[in-house]
Amino acid sequence: MTMSTQIKIKGLSKAFGEKVVLDNLDLDIPKGKSIAVIGASGTGKSVLLKCVLGLIEADQGSITVDGVETLGASRQTREDVLKKFGMLFQGGALFDSLKIWENVVFRYRQGKNLNLAELRDAAEQALADVNLEPRVMDLYPAEISGGMQKRVALARAVVDRPEILLFDEPTTGLDPITSGVINRLIRSAVDRLGATAITISHDMTSIRAIADDVAMLHGGRVIWKGPVGDMDQTDNPILDQFVHGYAEGPLTRYAEQA
Amino acid sequence: MKNHPIPFLQIPGQAALVLLQQLGRLAMFTGQAVFWAMRPPYYWRQVWRQVIDIGYYSLPVVGLTTLFSGMVIALQSYTGTSRFSAEGESSVATVVVLIVTRELGPVLAGLMVAGRIGASMAAEIGTMRVTDQIDALDTLATRPMQYLIAPRVLAATLCLPFLVLVGDIIGVFGGYVVAIYQLGFNPSAYLASTMQYLEAFDVILGLIKAAVFGFILSVMGCFHGYYSGRGAEGVGRATTNAVVYSAILILVADFIITGLVFVR
Ligand SMILES: Nc1ncnc2c1ncn2[C@@H]1O[C@H](COP(=O)(O)OP(=O)(O)O)[C@@H](O)[C@H]1O
Ligand SMILES: [Mg+2]
Repeated sequence: MTMSTQIKIKGLSKAFGEKVVLDNLDLDIPKGKSIAVIGASGTGKSVLLKCVLGLIEADQGSITVDGVETLGASRQTREDVLKKFGMLFQGGALFDSLKIWENVVFRYRQGKNLNLAELRDAAEQALADVNLEPRVMDLYPAEISGGMQKRVALARAVVDRPEILLFDEPTTGLDPITSGVINRLIRSAVDRLGATAITISHDMTSIRAIADDVAMLHGGRVIWKGPVGDMDQTDNPILDQFVHGYAEGPLTRYAEQA
Repeated sequence: MKNHPIPFLQIPGQAALVLLQQLGRLAMFTGQAVFWAMRPPYYWRQVWRQVIDIGYYSLPVVGLTTLFSGMVIALQSYTGTSRFSAEGESSVATVVVLIVTRELGPVLAGLMVAGRIGASMAAEIGTMRVTDQIDALDTLATRPMQYLIAPRVLAATLCLPFLVLVGDIIGVFGGYVVAIYQLGFNPSAYLASTMQYLEAFDVILGLIKAAVFGFILSVMGCFHGYYSGRGAEGVGRATTNAVVYSAILILVADFIITGLVFVR
């Protein structure tokens, strides 16, 4: 596998009013790798993913996807680039007015001339991959639990096998068994399909299962990046506290100041 | 607040800037909604859903308000005209027909639908905004302007004239009922006067107003929802603003349109 860079983020800055969230952030994501992004709540991890997708307009910097600059790109360029992505939003973001199966194949069906049975089959298969039974197909998102919604959203993100997968807290709020299934799904997307994955997570078990590399976000920048195995023996006190979940440490002091 | 050259102008100055910025945003939004409404793909299923919601489910509300308004106008115009005219039939019939078709039909329908539909559009789209559904549409190769906004604006603009037409008929009927059963007028004389003073121009003017009002209330509902603030509070504020601004703009537009066609 070649180690070319698929997503290159340089000098990315974003503030909401006075509040600086991303501050001159650099991050390279190699093609075919699975990166976990960690960091305390409210450090801007979700904002980072939304900037990559152009959903939030960054103030400064550059984001290239396969060498194509996406910040300030034309609508057409942006729409072309977006086709490479599958995104799982933190809250699922399922469409309330559509049934579960319609949600799953929302993008998958576009531009394909598939009949109803074929579409439903595809949805059923994608739902089975995330351990959901066919009986949920005809329900609406409001009729299933939060954990199930998240799995449906995951099915929707991966069903058309995008090159780049972005997962915003895929296992938060799920039971350990389902988390295991999701971890396996993410890992197999990367291993079997050669996808590139960026996963935001607080779940250390999950990170160890899915990530090749870990990047830690703090104060608007990436303060540590390295192979997943290296995060345990780090001499970086912030990462150390986060990985081991110590109540006392630099992150606690930072949170108290903020 | 520090080091401003003319401190007391800072607050009105800022308010004016915010207003200008909002107006610019609204103009862009409206332009985009119209632009994308005319380009494929067309989401007919979305349009149809809205047509049912706006055109069909608003019928009771519009029907009831215009019915009672027609009845009230008949009573009031009798009180007014009986003071200087003996011919109750023709004057009451004229006033009812004129006011219902030119004014009350479109304005009442516009305001009621703004309360019903404008509010629900703002709440629905606002909720989609704060739960990332609009962002999700975007990443799933679907333009929110085309999928969410254009169908709503199109449906509201088309449905309001239909609602008003129905409202006109019910309102005139309400006037008739009061004229015959309460004022004791002769039915055939009253109907004859009604027909005599019913002008196509008045009805058409009312329907044009209705289309404009439908456009206004849907754009307001969608706009406030689309730029909803965060959380439940943001959606609540968007809903209130959608209704308030729709109502104001509908009355302003009513005055402008009436003024444009006014001849001495
Ligand atoms: N649309 C927005 N408008 C204003 N502030 C925002 C917006 N989105 C996120 N923020 C702020 O940016 C910060 C980072 O948010 P987020 O990226 O969601 O954090 P997390 O790392 O937990 O995912 C938070 O303080 C949040 O309040
Ligand atoms: Mg987040």
